[in-house]
Formats: sequence, structure tokens, C-alpha cells
Amino acid sequence: MKKIEAIIRKSKFSNVKKALHNVEVNFFSYWDVTGVGNEKEGHVYRGVTYSTTDIQRRYLSIVVSEPFVERTVNAIIESAYSGEVGDGKIFILPVEEAYRIRTKESGKTSLN
Amino acid sequence: MELLTINNVWMMICTALVFFMHLGFSFLEIGLTRQKNTINILFKNFFVITTGLIVYCLVGFNLMYPSEWIIEGVLGAIVPGLDSVAATDLSYNEGYTYWTDFLFQGMFAATAATIISGAVAERIKINSFILIAILYVVIVYPIVGSWQWGGGFFSTFTKGFGFYDFAGSTLVHSVGGWGALVVIYFLGARKGKFDSNGKPLAIPGSNLPLSAAGVLILWLGWFGFNGGSVLSADPSLTSLTLVTTCLAAAAGGIGAAVFSRILYKNLDLTMFMNGILGGLVGITAGADQMLPTSAILIGLIAGVIVVLSVSLLDKCKLDDPVGAIPVHLFCGIWGTLAVGIFGEMAGFDQFMVQLACVGIAGLFCVVCATIITLSVKSIVGLRVDAKEEEEGLDIAEHGTRAYGDFSIN
Repeated sequence: MKKIEAIIRKSKFSNVKKALHNVEVNFFSYWDVTGVGNEKEGHVYRGVTYSTTDIQRRYLSIVVSEPFVERTVNAIIESAYSGEVGDGKIFILPVEEAYRIRTKESGKTSLN
Repeated sequence: MELLTINNVWMMICTALVFFMHLGFSFLEIGLTRQKNTINILFKNFFVITTGLIVYCLVGFNLMYPSEWIIEGVLGAIVPGLDSVAATDLSYNEGYTYWTDFLFQGMFAATAATIISGAVAERIKINSFILIAILYVVIVYPIVGSWQWGGGFFSTFTKGFGFYDFAGSTLVHSVGGWGALVVIYFLGARKGKFDSNGKPLAIPGSNLPLSAAGVLILWLGWFGFNGGSVLSADPSLTSLTLVTTCLAAAAGGIGAAVFSRILYKNLDLTMFMNGILGGLVGITAGADQMLPTSAILIGLIAGVIVVLSVSLLDKCKLDDPVGAIPVHLFCGIWGTLAVGIFGEMAGFDQFMVQLACVGIAGLFCVVCATIITLSVKSIVGLRVDAKEEEEGLDIAEHGTRAYGDFSIN
């Protein structure tokens, strides 16, 4: 089992969600984050112009069994891509164990 | 009797509208500042409206409308409390009763201190603000008011005609604005407003929708602020006043939005909103004197003044988070002078009288505000310390947060 974490543009979220459904990844969590990156956003407030590297992104956390890892990653890369600086990153982490609380199942069967 | 009732009802409606403006001020200020200072802002605004009313009842009202002068036309005799004999006499005025008069004026008085509240937000010690606000409402506001509205020397400035300030561009807005300017000069800018080279930085407001609600509430309140300043329900004057008031507000917003778009290549909502308020303050001195077209011009120019003075304050290293000084001081001065340029009373002599009274009122306010601010500074200090400012005044001064467990930042 692996945990796939992805930081993506908020505007790509519905694309990514659809792509994940297409490869049968139907369960995941996400939340909005603020990060610091290479991209700069220009702002104007009351006549003062400034740029900030603090940018808004969406963070996805997906736990999948081994056979799903590659297609999940590919789905995210394809659907979150724009080619501009700031498209985001994907991380893969090992997961020791998983449980489904309702059925008390563990391991692979608890995931889908 | 029937006419008195009609007039009086209108005046009470206007009183309520001016009262409602305090919610507008609070919303505007909360939205243009950071989340961590919200309770502090509400506390200041509650303080101003409650204490402002009480001290105006005890001292201010009589000082502003003196029955006797200590120095003729300049300083009224202080007679504490309200006069319950005058109050029962319904021939007090054909426009309204004594009680209505007090409450309407009391709502105005608190406004002057609220203007200061916006400019000093996010770094003043609450105790210092309380002292400054009380002293300002007890002493400065009523004395300047008495010079014009109490029948003092402004109203008889030269033989034949006097100063004209219909609803208080100078007497309310500039008075508050001068106070705000002096206090922020001694208070200093918020941490993070200017970098080490003195270049202005942006501290974006936390809730612009709330500020927008505040601006529209203030605009609504101005129906009472100017509409009630007719001091009766006179059909043609009240209607004209509301027309000029609304046109100036609209033009002010457009003036500021377009001008800031030209200057900064950006459609800035906060400038749009300040421009609306600037237009309202600008028309306040002559709302019953202007043709609709003059009102539009006054508003447009007020909008431009707002944008220019926001950047002027930045250049002077003065930090006014909500734009209180551009709106109330600069547009207040503009509106007062505009009475000598546009409308029924326009003329060189009138313009010079307006200018002289703007100057005298300004000088008096600056001197008084300086004395008050420096005295308060030497007794309790002005600023919270750096750590408290960083942490936010809500925790430092009030021990709790405005939004409890809801927090995005």
C-alpha cells in the first residue's frame, strides 16, 4: 500500500477528480493549502503593488494498493498539467497498514 | 402640532439612520484590517457609541448649543445634563422636540470619535484610545460645533454672511479626520506597513464583503445624516438633499474607481468603496445648496482626492488602514470649500470664509489633539508592544478570538 500525496492547482481539481474516477480511484481526501513556491503572484492593494510567492493550492491524499499506484500518478500528471510554473508535485509514501472502521477489515480489502 | 409631529417623526427616523452608521463603520473597519484585531475594533466601536452618547448628554450637548457663553461665540458655559424644562416645551422648535434634538446630535458626536478609531486600528492600546476618544468627544467636537451650529463666531464670520457647513463636512468629518491624523502621527505605522527603506507594503484586509456591507450601510445612514440635517421634513429641501447626497456618493465611487484604474492599472474595490464615502463626505457641507450636476462634480473630485490622498499618506509614512483620513479629512475639506465654488452660495467671498473656517477649525483640532495625544502618551503610553501587535489585539487586550475555533490563517 502506498499513500500518494499531490499538490495541484485548484483550477485543475475537477479535471483531476474526473481522471481519478476514470482509473477507478474513488476514495480520497483533499484540503486547501497555502504554499511557497517558484511562482509569483502580482497583487495591487490600495495603490501598493506587491508580489507574493504565497500561493493557494489543493492538497490531495490518496491511499491505494500497489497495482493502482502507477495509473493514479499518471492520471494526476495528465489531468493537472498546464505546462506553466506552479503545476504542483506528487509524493509517494509507504503505508504500513490500513483499517476500515465499520467492517474491521485491514490491508488491501479495506481500501476499496 | 400636526406639522411638528411630521417633522419630528422624520427627525427620529434620521436619528435612527445615523445610529445605524455605527454598524457600517464597524463593518468597514473589520473588513479592511486583519482577523486578529476584530474584537478590539468592535470593542472600540461599542465604546464610542455608548460612552459618546453618555458624555454628550452630560457635557457635550450643552457645550455645543450653549445658552450662555463664557467667551462670546467661542466657548460656551458648561451646564451638565439635559434641560428637562426645555424638554417639555413643545414650542422648542417647529422642526422637532428637545429630546429629538439631543439624540440626533448625540449620534453625530459619536461619529467623530469613530473616525479616529478606524485610522488607529491594529496597534493602539485600548486604554489610550478610550481616553483620547472621551476627551475628543467631550472637548474638541462640541467646541468646534458650537462655533457654527451653536451660533458662535463661525456663523457670523463676516457681516452679512457666515460660514456654511450644512451637515458637517468640517464640523464632524474634518474634526474627526484631524484628530485621526494627529494620533496616527504620534502612534506610528503598523509593523509591516513600511519596509526598512520606508517603502509602503500592503496589509490586505481580511474580509472585503463585510467592508462592502459597511459601505452600503454608511450610504444608507447618510440619508439620515444629511436628510436629518434639514432639521425638518420640509418636502423640497429633504428631497433635494437626498438626491444630491446619493449622486455625490455614486460619482465619488466612480471617480475613485476610474482614477485608481488609470493610476494603478487595477480595479481596486477598496478604492471604489472609499470613493463612495468620500463623495458622501464631500457633499455633506452643501447638500441642500447644490444642483444635481454640481453634486456629481463634487463627488467625482472627491473620488479623485481619495485615491491621491491614500498614496500621499503612504508617501508621508502615515498608516491609515481604512482610509479614514482621505475620506473624512481631505474630502471634508474639499466639501466645505466646494460650497464656495458650486451651488447657490458660490462666490469668492464665501470661498474665503469657508477656507478661513476650515483653517481655524483645523488648527484648533490639531492643537487639541496634540495636547490630548501627548498627555495620554505620557500617562499610559499609546502603542501595544511589538509582541502584542504580532499576536493580535484580540488576544493581547481582550483575551479571546473573534472567530473562536474557525480560523483559516
